[in-house]
Amino acid sequence: MSVVFSEKKLNRVKELVSHYPDGKQKSALIPVLHLAQEENDGWLSVEWMDYVAGLLQMTPIEVYEVATFYSMLNTKPIGRYVFEVCQTGPCMIKGSDDIIAYIGEKLGIKPGETTKDGMFTLKKVECLGACGYAPMMQLGKNYREHLTKEKVDAIIEECRKEARQIKEN
Amino acid sequence: MEQPLTQHIKKDGSVLSLKEYEAVGGYQGLKKALKMTPKEVMQMVKDSNLRGRGGAGFPTGMKWSFVPMDDHAPHPKYIVANGDEMEPGTFKDRVLVEGNPHQLIEGMIISAYAIQADISYIFLRWAYHEAAKRVEVAIHEAYQAGYLGERIAGSDFHLEMHLHTSVGRYMCGEETALLNALEGKRANPRSKPPFPQVSGLFGKPTIVNNVETFNNIPHIIDKGTEWYQALSKSPDGGGTKLYGVSGHVKKPAIWELPLGVSLRELIEEHAGGMMDGYKFRAALPGGASTDFLTEEHLDVAMDFTNVMKAGSRMGTGTVIVLDDKTCPVGMVLNLEKFFAQESCGWCTPCREGLPWTAKILDAIENGRGMMNQLDILSFETVYMAPGNTFCALAPGAMEPLQSALKYFREDFERHIKEHKCPWD
Repeated sequence: MSVVFSEKKLNRVKELVSHYPDGKQKSALIPVLHLAQEENDGWLSVEWMDYVAGLLQMTPIEVYEVATFYSMLNTKPIGRYVFEVCQTGPCMIKGSDDIIAYIGEKLGIKPGETTKDGMFTLKKVECLGACGYAPMMQLGKNYREHLTKEKVDAIIEECRKEARQIKEN
Repeated sequence: MEQPLTQHIKKDGSVLSLKEYEAVGGYQGLKKALKMTPKEVMQMVKDSNLRGRGGAGFPTGMKWSFVPMDDHAPHPKYIVANGDEMEPGTFKDRVLVEGNPHQLIEGMIISAYAIQADISYIFLRWAYHEAAKRVEVAIHEAYQAGYLGERIAGSDFHLEMHLHTSVGRYMCGEETALLNALEGKRANPRSKPPFPQVSGLFGKPTIVNNVETFNNIPHIIDKGTEWYQALSKSPDGGGTKLYGVSGHVKKPAIWELPLGVSLRELIEEHAGGMMDGYKFRAALPGGASTDFLTEEHLDVAMDFTNVMKAGSRMGTGTVIVLDDKTCPVGMVLNLEKFFAQESCGWCTPCREGLPWTAKILDAIENGRGMMNQLDILSFETVYMAPGNTFCALAPGAMEPLQSALKYFREDFERHIKEHKCPWD
C-alpha cells in the first residue's frame, strides 16, 4: 500500500521546509512526522516513515532513528483516544498512581495497552508542565487537570459519546 | 511590588494581542534598542545582571559576549528560545508564552540584534498546543507590523522567526541536545567545546536562552539597568523571578516576585501553606534535579548563591513540596525512574547507572532492600557526579538522591528493616 499526503498537507510540508536554510530540510522532520502521524490514525508505519524520508531527501534509517527516540511519536497502532497521564513527581504526590490504576481498571487495560475495540489507549507519560494542577493528563490537544475518579468517569463517557455521534453521522 | 513580566497577562486566560501589548508599552524596548549599537545593548544586559532562568543561572550578557562579532563572523547566526520546559515541577514558561507571546518575541528580536543574528526559532514542546497556536498568530502579527522580516521598525536590521514544535524528551532542554533536535536528529548532547556561541545550529554561532530569560530583555532596555536591578531583593542578580509551588499546598501556582524571596514566603504566604492534614517534610527548590531542602532551610533566600550555600540549587525556581503523607523513598524512586526513562543513552554512566539506581530504589521501596544497597546508592551519586558523564542529566538526577540519603536515612532503613514501605 502506498501512502501520500494530500495536496494541502504537501503545501504545509513545503512551508515547514521553508523555515530552515536551503539544504537543511531535515530540520522539518519532526513536524512532518507529526503530520504523517495525524494522517495515519496517530501512529507511524514503516510506509509512512519511508515516504517522509523520500520527501525530505533522507535515508529511511535517519527517520527511524528519530521516530523511535521521541516519546510523542508512535511506531505502533494506538487508540482513538489516548489518555496520556502524567506520572512524574508532583503528579505522583497528588495521587497519579491511583488515577492511572483507576483508568486501567475501568478500561480493562494496563498502561501501554489499547482496548480491543481500538477506542482507548492508556499511557503513562513524564512531566507535562502542569504541576500546580495535578494530577493531570493530556487527551488529544487538551490538558485535563485536577483529575478525580469522577472526572475520569465523565471523560470516558464524553469520549464514548463523541465516538457514537461520529459513527451516527 | 512591580511585576513587569506578568502584570499584563489577562486573568481570564486569553492572549494579549499585538495591539494590547503595544498599548501597555510593548515593542518600546525594541525601538530603543534599534537606536543603540549592538554592543551597547549587550552591555546593558550585562549591567542588568540578568542570569539565565532555565536552571543554570549563567549570566545572560556574558553568554552572548562569546558570539563572534567582527566583520568576518560567520552568518547566518541564530537565536533560539528554549521552551521545552520539562523539568518536573516547572510550569512557568507556559504561563508567559500563553499569556503574552509578544513579550517573548520582542525579547528575542532585541537579543538577535545584540548578536546580529539572522534567523530565530521558538523551540516549544508539542504538548503546549495552546501556546503554539498563540505563538504562530503572534509571529504573524509581528511580521505584519514590521517587527520581523526586512528593515525592522525602519532600521537596517532584519530577522526571520519561526515556531518549531518538538515531540517530547527531557533531553531537549539541554541546549546542545536541543540543537540536534532542531536539526532533525535524536536529542543527544554535543561535546563542548565548541560552545554553541561559536558553533551551534548547523555549525553557526547560536544563542539558546530560556523563555523566561528572553521575557526580561524588553524591560531591561526600556526601563534601564538601575530600575531592573532594584526589582531584585538579592545582590545575586537583577529582576523578578517566576516562582512556583506544587504538591500538597493550599494554592499551588506561579507568581512573579522579587528575586531572592524566602522559601518560607513562597510556601506559607503565596501557596497558602500546607493543605489540612499534611505537614511539610522537605522541598525540591527548583525542579526534580535539585537537592532536597528541609525545615531548617525555610528562611533561605531563593537566589542562586544562597540556595547553593544551603546545599541545593535554585534551578528553575519552581518548588516541589514533599509532605509527611508521601513516602520519601517512593518519591525519589519516582524521580529516578523519570531520569532513567529520559536518559538519551549516549553515555554509559547515565544509560546504565540510572536504571540501576531505579532498580535498587524499587527493591527498597517494595521491601526487598538490603542495608548494603544504601552504600551502593551513595556510590552511584559519586559515579554519576559532574565530570563523569557527558552532560548534566545524570548529575542532576543524583541531586535528589544524595540529599534524600542524607535527610531521610531513617526512612530508607525502616523500609529495609520492616521489609515493606511504612507508608503503604
